[in-house]
Amino acid sequence: MFEGLSDKLEGAFKRLKGQGRITEINISETVKEIRKALLNADVNYKIAKDFTDSVKEKAMGQDVLKAVSPGQMMTKIVHDELAELMGGVSQDINLKPNPSIILMSGLQGSGKTTFSAKLASFLKSKKGRQVLLVACDVYRPAAINQLKVLGEQIEIEVYSEEGNQDPVKISKNAVAHAKNYGINTVIIDTAGRLAVDQEMMDEISRIHKAVNPAETLFVVDAMTGQDAVNTAKAFNDILDFDGVVLTKLDGDTRGGAALSIKTIVNKPIKFVGIGEKIDAIDVFHPSRMADRILGMGDIVSLVEKAQEQYDEVEARKLQKKLAKNQFTFDDFLKQIQQVKKMGNVKDLMGMIPGMGKAMKDVEIDDDAFKGIEAIIHSMTPAERDDPSLMNGSRRKRIAAGSGSTIQDVNKLMKQFDDMRKMMKMISSGGGRNAMRNLKQARR
Amino acid sequence: MAFFGIFGKEKKDRLDDGLQKTRENVFSRLSRAVVGKSKVDDEVLDELEEALISSDVGVETTLKIIERLEERVRRDKYIGTDELHNTLREEISLMLDEYKSEKLPDIENTKPYIILVVGVNGVGKTTTIGKLASRFKSVGKTVVLGAADTFRAAAVDQLKIWSQRAGVEIVEHGMGADPASVAYDTAIVAKSKNYDVAIIDTAGRLHNKVNLMNELSKIKRVIQKVIPDAPHEVLLILDASTGQNAFEQAKQFTAATDVNALALTKLDGTAKGGVVIGISDQFKVPVKYIGIGEKIDDLQVFNASEFVDSLFKNK
Repeated sequence: MFEGLSDKLEGAFKRLKGQGRITEINISETVKEIRKALLNADVNYKIAKDFTDSVKEKAMGQDVLKAVSPGQMMTKIVHDELAELMGGVSQDINLKPNPSIILMSGLQGSGKTTFSAKLASFLKSKKGRQVLLVACDVYRPAAINQLKVLGEQIEIEVYSEEGNQDPVKISKNAVAHAKNYGINTVIIDTAGRLAVDQEMMDEISRIHKAVNPAETLFVVDAMTGQDAVNTAKAFNDILDFDGVVLTKLDGDTRGGAALSIKTIVNKPIKFVGIGEKIDAIDVFHPSRMADRILGMGDIVSLVEKAQEQYDEVEARKLQKKLAKNQFTFDDFLKQIQQVKKMGNVKDLMGMIPGMGKAMKDVEIDDDAFKGIEAIIHSMTPAERDDPSLMNGSRRKRIAAGSGSTIQDVNKLMKQFDDMRKMMKMISSGGGRNAMRNLKQARR
Repeated sequence: MAFFGIFGKEKKDRLDDGLQKTRENVFSRLSRAVVGKSKVDDEVLDELEEALISSDVGVETTLKIIERLEERVRRDKYIGTDELHNTLREEISLMLDEYKSEKLPDIENTKPYIILVVGVNGVGKTTTIGKLASRFKSVGKTVVLGAADTFRAAAVDQLKIWSQRAGVEIVEHGMGADPASVAYDTAIVAKSKNYDVAIIDTAGRLHNKVNLMNELSKIKRVIQKVIPDAPHEVLLILDASTGQNAFEQAKQFTAATDVNALALTKLDGTAKGGVVIGISDQFKVPVKYIGIGEKIDDLQVFNASEFVDSLFKNK
């Protein structure tokens, strides 16, 4: 997601490559590039300036160690500074009071309603909370309905009052409702408002006072430009919010707003929105994000995602099948679905260190497996169980049935065969043997 | 221009109000920078650079403006700070003047005039359509809306409410329907019932999602099956508070749908009206509308010279 920035920084570092030591002269150009990159990434002007000044100071102070190149040295300095800027460690949401009230705030179109639903679903499934969503956007046409539809999708109750135009009263009543029914978490969605709209800012301040939320979140579009700091500051002055939510991070924005907001209001970024699906929500990890910015990949997130989706029982069954060489197309299909559950393939690849850049221009979409799935779906159960059945006429039928060509089918058969062989080797003779065999096979 | 006939003379004071924050941000800062100075020096230019970048004019365009000013300082040896305003104004006018929205098909002679509205999530597409519909209606045009945002929860309902407010027909197939078929039917209805204008809403999509962008291209092709030279206007909505990503959005949406008009929304909320300048300079599509408030009248036809006038008003 931050490829743009890491590219630019990489370009800046290249100038340092091959240089023996960091000097005032050879660093000034790099610092200028870093600053330009940050500005292009929508980092606030002042913050970008302070940042590069501090990087420069640190780089100049440390005389270059013989062992590392100036480029590596600069990478480390920039990385540490970035992580620092975005707020050290990740911070959890406060769910101690009962009921825990969470108030959403932000500009129009920042994604409050969608995020409210995502957060509700997240708290329900990951933290086992009972959640009540409260529709307080009485202004935008169909906003209440939007929350209701989302609530239905995730099976969470939505509190709304037909005809009531007073969000302060609605939110108060909603909290009372939650107390009556023993619901321990209340998420209040509010109307979008501009920081310059005095009347609307007063209104949210009144909601805030009326319900005294444990957690007030400021929702901001990751694509926001230089104004992010002003807006964040205006909301913070009124609400003294507890955390920031960064939405639409699945776009290609460089997300400099993330860097600025934390510095200006000194409040942690707690969540990020990373897609249109209801589960496209993640906790914000400052140091991982710094890694990402520098193109170092985000291996920790990848492993966590894999663990989340990993089904141990399924895996054991698979192991047995492999040992007996009974791996079938049905198992293959299951595996693909497992991978798909982990999310967008390109996002996953982007988390692997070094892959972010390599993957930049490669287009892998969610449909990457569609062709393969179609082919497998076009096989009869018998064919899926026993690939050796496949003769020419069967392949022809499958190609026609799946809208692909015979070549596609053949390719898949070959891939499947290779995979089966490799898996057999791994499960029987251990991985190292398999790798050696594979290498020899390639020669 | 025929269009001004439709929208009437825009209220100038609304524009002044809407741009107040930008004006204060850029120009009061500049005024402070030149206090006690008689000539433009590096310090003044630095201050100007900061003011422009902070207004989201963009790094490239800012550097361009600064370079031009430096050039002038070098050539004329001396520019007084009193001249700076005028020079800056000239440069900005020049940038805005290059791309005017004259190239769009004439709405008076094109019937039905099909507008396809596109943009990323949350920029204000549906709201803009609601305002547009009301305004077309108020000058006696017949309008039909197409609810082709079938993805976002309650988007169809939202457009329906706008259609009721404006008193115009809406074509909708409910949520989850194929957006291309909604667009197709809207074009059919517009044509068969002889409507003046058809405005088609689409789901917000991030411009780096290839499949969703392909869907837009498809919607466009499908409309063309009904009316070969449609859509006459592909209107990209940009949120004025968006930073440098706006350029990328403009680029990608144009690649998918040949955007030929821009609308910049929420301009009143930010001090960043500068993005208009950056977009006009970097991106060769004219800004057609600007949104400077929540009222229906606050969607204005963009007029470059009025915009610059307003920016530079009483320093």
